[in-house]
Parts: sequence; C-alpha cells; structure tokens
Amino acid sequence: MLTLKSLQAGYGRVPVLKGISLHVRAGEVVTLIGGNGAGKTTTLRTISGLLAARKGSIEFDGHDLTRLATERIVTLGLALVPEGRRVFTSLSVTTNLELGAFHRRDKGEVRRDLEEMRERFPLLKERAHQAAGTLSGGEQQILAIGRALMARPRLLMLDEPSMGLAPLMVSQVYEILGELKAAGTTILLVEQNARAALKVADRGYVLETGRIVLAGTAAELRDDPEVQRAYLGKGYKEVWE
Amino acid sequence: MVAYLLHLTIIAGIYIILSVSLNLIIGYAGQVSLGHAAFYGIGAYTSALVALNWHFPYPAAALSAMLVAGVCGLALGLPTLRLKEDYLAIVTLGFGVIMDLVFLNLDITGGPDGLPGIPTPHFFGINFQIPRHYLVLVAVAVGFTLILTQRLVDSYHGRALRAIRDHEITAQVMGINTPAYKVFIFTLAAGLAGLAGSLYAHYITFINPESFGLHTSILILAMVVLGGMGSIGGSVLGAVLLTLLPELLREARGYQDLIYGGLLVALLILRPEGILGRGKLSLKFLKKEG
Repeated sequence: MLTLKSLQAGYGRVPVLKGISLHVRAGEVVTLIGGNGAGKTTTLRTISGLLAARKGSIEFDGHDLTRLATERIVTLGLALVPEGRRVFTSLSVTTNLELGAFHRRDKGEVRRDLEEMRERFPLLKERAHQAAGTLSGGEQQILAIGRALMARPRLLMLDEPSMGLAPLMVSQVYEILGELKAAGTTILLVEQNARAALKVADRGYVLETGRIVLAGTAAELRDDPEVQRAYLGKGYKEVWE
Repeated sequence: MVAYLLHLTIIAGIYIILSVSLNLIIGYAGQVSLGHAAFYGIGAYTSALVALNWHFPYPAAALSAMLVAGVCGLALGLPTLRLKEDYLAIVTLGFGVIMDLVFLNLDITGGPDGLPGIPTPHFFGINFQIPRHYLVLVAVAVGFTLILTQRLVDSYHGRALRAIRDHEITAQVMGINTPAYKVFIFTLAAGLAGLAGSLYAHYITFINPESFGLHTSILILAMVVLGGMGSIGGSVLGAVLLTLLPELLREARGYQDLIYGGLLVALLILRPEGILGRGKLSLKFLKKEG
C-alpha cells in the first residue's frame, strides 16, 4: 500500500534521512522505532508532504507522493496524528473533529461519522463544546486520533502517541490502537516507546541516524538482543559487566 | 452639534470597515499585517482618480477602488504569505511605507498636495452631499461588510481559517490548502479596505498621503486589538471607541495624547485579549517554534 524506496530528506544542508526503504501492506500495523534524532518524525513529515524528498520515492496506492502537496496527499487517504497531539487548542472538541473531515464532500456521512466517534469515545461527547486546549494530554491524544479517523483514512500514521502521557493514558491510547487494528485499519506507528509499539505491531523497522538498521516481525524484534539492549531496557548488566 | 455627530458617525463607519477587514487577517487567519492603511489609500486614490479623470459614477468608482486594492492585496499576498509571521510583519510594514512614498511622489496623485475637488456621490437621484444621506451610504457599506464577514467566519471556510490561526502545519495535515486561504483572505481584506478608502475620499472630497501612512495602519491595528481579535463585534466596538475617544478628550487639551495612550495601555493590561476578544495578540513570532 505504502512503499518508500531509498528515501532521502533533510532540513537545509543537514541530511536526516540517508536513504530509507520500507513498506506497509493493507491491513498491517507497522512500527518505526528509534531514539531521538533518528529521523522518525522526518519520515512522517516527508510522507505527508510537509518536507520535500531529496531523492528516492514514496508510493501510495500507485500515486507518487513526492510531487504532491500536503492537502492533495490527505485526499488520497493518508491521515497523520502529529507529534505532541497538536489539537486546535482554541477551537471546540466538535470543531476539531469536523476539521478532521475537512477534505470530505459527503456531508451526511461526515455527520454520521461524527456521531459514531462520539459514541465510541464518550469523552468527546461530554466535552463537545469545550475548547480542546482545556483537555488533559491523554484526552487531547484521543481527540487527535478521533480527528484523524474523521478523515476515513486508508492509512493512519501516528507520531509518538505515547509521548508525554501518564502510563495509564499510554495503555488507554494503545488499547484504542489495538481496537483499530482489530477493525482492519492500516497503521504506520512511529514510537520511541518500543515496548508498547511492538506489542501492537505486526512488523517493525528500527531507525538509527537516518538509516534502517533492522527490520522484521514484531516478535523477531522483541527477541533481538540488540533491540532488547537499546530499546527495551533488558540485559543492561550483561552488557556493562 | 447634530452635524458634528453625523460626521463622527460617518468616520466611525469607515473605520469599522477597516478594522473588521483587518481582523479577518489578524484575528481569524492569524497573520500579521502592519500595512492595512496602504490598501485604504490605494482605494481612496483609485476612486478619486477615476471620478476626477473619467467621471465614473460613484458605484463604479467604489467598485474600481475595491478591485484595484484587492488586486494589490493579491499581488502582495502571493509571494509573501508563504513567509512566517515576523517576516510577514516586516514585508507588510515595508509595503505600507512604500505606498506612502508612492502617493507622495507620483504626479497623478498630486504629490504632497493631494487631490482636491473629488466629486460627492450623486446617483439614483439622491444627492449624497447632504451628510444624512452620506451616512446611509456608509451604513449600507458597513452592513455589507458585516454580513459578508460574519457569514464567512461562520462557514466551513471560517473553520479552516481558525484552524490555520491555531496551528498552520496541523491545518495543512487536515487537508486545508493554507496558502490559498491566506491569499484569499488577504485579497478580500484589501478589497474591503479599498471600499473604506473610496467612502473616505468622496466624503472629505480631498485626500493627501497623510491620511494613509503608518500611523493609520497602527490605529486600525489598535482598534482590532482593543476590541478583541477574532471578534467582529469587538472590531466594531474598537473602531467606535477609538474614533470617539480623541473627541471626548478634546477638553483635556495638552493632556489629550497622554490620557489616550494611558487608557489604551490600562485597557490592555486589564484585558489583554481585548474587550470582546477571546485570543491574545499573537506574539508567537517572537518565540521560537515549540
């Protein structure tokens, strides 16, 4: 469904992605894990068209995304839950959800989806008229996910949904991701929290300083000694002694 | 006394159009513009020139003013609205200064002497030289502006504008064509400022560059900020207050400016979001992107 081939991108003269290749098949949950500065967010920004690709290709359902503007990419069915949630803080919860469906022209269906989203996340109904900025971090994350789902995406991309959330909220957010997976949603999940991400994902890639250093099924990555040491916090003693 | 009140109401009406249109740019789309008076001036000169040289009837002159100011807004907006707030502030400020110099130095605008003898509107058998009649004309223009802007901000497109104000990149990720929206709103606001310029020129019947300089841009900005950004009612209130305040302070003679400035500062300390506003003046361009 989504295929990146030796993609290169960066800011100014600084290269961040030094040629990464990965793919996401329909119905799959794929995670991209890595530390700070590995290029995870840059990858999502480049796919979304917020950042120009220098070299390589991004193909989504036969469309070449490297030449398309962000607003066109969105209409193809890619939705992004940005890093740090980024809800529209001064707008109401309902308006935030409506904006998620901005590019859709099927007004009746949008209204139905809005109702459905409120049924699914009662919080979004209770706080319908509150400014989104008054919600807690975890609530904002749920709103950001709901907003992205309002686009009826064919591929949902999430940028560190666990960032800055209390552990209880992290498990709640991941519960939602598990439900989305069960419903057949295709997801590309970028995370630093490898433990949580590998639990929900089918496959994963490990990104380090702009290169993919490891790829495999989630189970393979969980069992990989290098991943365990670097991202899962296991085996410190053995390595250090 | 009645004549004086009529005069103030007409001037306030013209400023309402200016502040409401600037509020579209600042309060709704979240962009900075420090050169709104330039479009006001472009409208005033256009309207005056077509009426003086080609004897356009007033409605045609007003329409030309809106069109020319709108096109100038488009021409300025297209290359510059991809800029971030601080750069945009400087570019619009520069545009205001440049237009001021253009009005001052062109032969066709009469240079520093300005353009005297601009005809008072006379159409549909109504002579608008009578201030009462002119007030009706201004009221129609104000009504048109208010209905247009209110309908716009309440619409689907208004939501897109507020999303851009809150966070531009996220708005883009929602599929909103942010550059197109910004250019559109800039053009519309410039066109409305042109209308205000036309109303001013044919009311006073004499214009010179002094009325369209930086201080006028700042005055309009003060009206928007005082009334409250992102509130149309606020812009109306701000325009009325800042038109009347200097008149009320006439008694205080030498202390006029001191009291005027002091009141503004006090109001903004007590209510930084403006009298009817919800959001504070966007100074985020002074901070680093978080």
